[in-house]
Amino acid sequence: MTAGSRIVAMGHYQPSRVVTNEDLTRNLDTNDEWIRSRVGIAERRVADGESVADMATYAAEKALATSGLSAADIDLVVVATCSSIDRCPNVATRVASKLGIAAPAAYDLNTACSGFSYALGSADHAIKAGASRHALVIGAEKLSDITDWSDRTTAVLFGDGAGAAVVSAVPDGEQAGVGPVLWGSAPERGDVLRIEGWHPYIKQDGQSVFRWATTALAPFALEACKRAGIEPSELAAFVPHQANTRIIDGIVKRLGLGPDVIIAKDLVESGNTSAASVPLALSKLVERREVPSGAPVLLFGFGGGLTYAGQVVRCP
Amino acid sequence: MATREEITSGLAEILEEVAGVNPDDVAEGKSFTDDLDVDSLSMVEVVVAAEEKFGVKIPDNEVQNLKTVGDAVTYIEANH
Repeated sequence: MTAGSRIVAMGHYQPSRVVTNEDLTRNLDTNDEWIRSRVGIAERRVADGESVADMATYAAEKALATSGLSAADIDLVVVATCSSIDRCPNVATRVASKLGIAAPAAYDLNTACSGFSYALGSADHAIKAGASRHALVIGAEKLSDITDWSDRTTAVLFGDGAGAAVVSAVPDGEQAGVGPVLWGSAPERGDVLRIEGWHPYIKQDGQSVFRWATTALAPFALEACKRAGIEPSELAAFVPHQANTRIIDGIVKRLGLGPDVIIAKDLVESGNTSAASVPLALSKLVERREVPSGAPVLLFGFGGGLTYAGQVVRCP
Repeated sequence: MATREEITSGLAEILEEVAGVNPDDVAEGKSFTDDLDVDSLSMVEVVVAAEEKFGVKIPDNEVQNLKTVGDAVTYIEANH
């Protein structure tokens, strides 16, 4: 048995095609100022040929290379996604096949935008139970496939991308780097955000989602800190789901985070990438060395189904 | 029981804090969106703050009916 797990390395991938707010005004009655002030997004990346599995693979490949481990070491692949059109083989086995991971436990998980923290929690539990030693935990989305590009209330919000973590069992005697997950949902109000039917588009009741996100979530984020034995003031960074800067600001205010805590706002350049948003933003923070290795970072995802999940991790 | 004037001035304080609205501009006949430039998300913040301040419940499906300051005052007066 191990004391727990830690994130050893991160990696991310975004398509090369940039779509600016200005680009969107060609086909939609919207404008840059409106999108920036309501949502906080300046541009997003949109996939051309890449599938969810392709983007997941590229992100995982980078994380694996940084970790110093090889494909043969990986025994678990978990992919959080709500936008994969192909259901079988699942994304996790597609990634494993592309990376030459021979016989991993491999599954997809869908809790929409909170997916990465759910997947990280699941992998951490598997490692603690002795069912895995080295896991790939990935959030990957191609939301452009399920975006109604003629609906100005949603088309301005979303982007494509992937982020991945290599998560390993900590050696005996060392501290765990993935804190206990706080996870849950508000299913009775889950229908305010929907991806339903054949050839579905994302639909949401924006005001209801905004109200839930800015009022209900801070106590859960605080509880995630408490379970990890960390005071919010001790956090080096906060990486929430990247949906809207005004939601992020609202949660930050209720958490009482000071100016010393780095607040991830990757949505400015990436849009809302659902389950990919937290690992994408964390991977960029790590890449830019903005957070010291070992420093506590609060991850917190929330969204469709009105699911939420978060945990404090030690920065790789 | 708060009077309509008291509720209006309470809303003016909230509007100033949440959306930077000049309290002198707040009157019962003013539309939140058209006259006071309160966007849909700020409106949610106003509603949440009003719930706390006046001890009322303003459900999501009620928010869209609150077009003017007077609508909000009437709702709060009837429900608090």
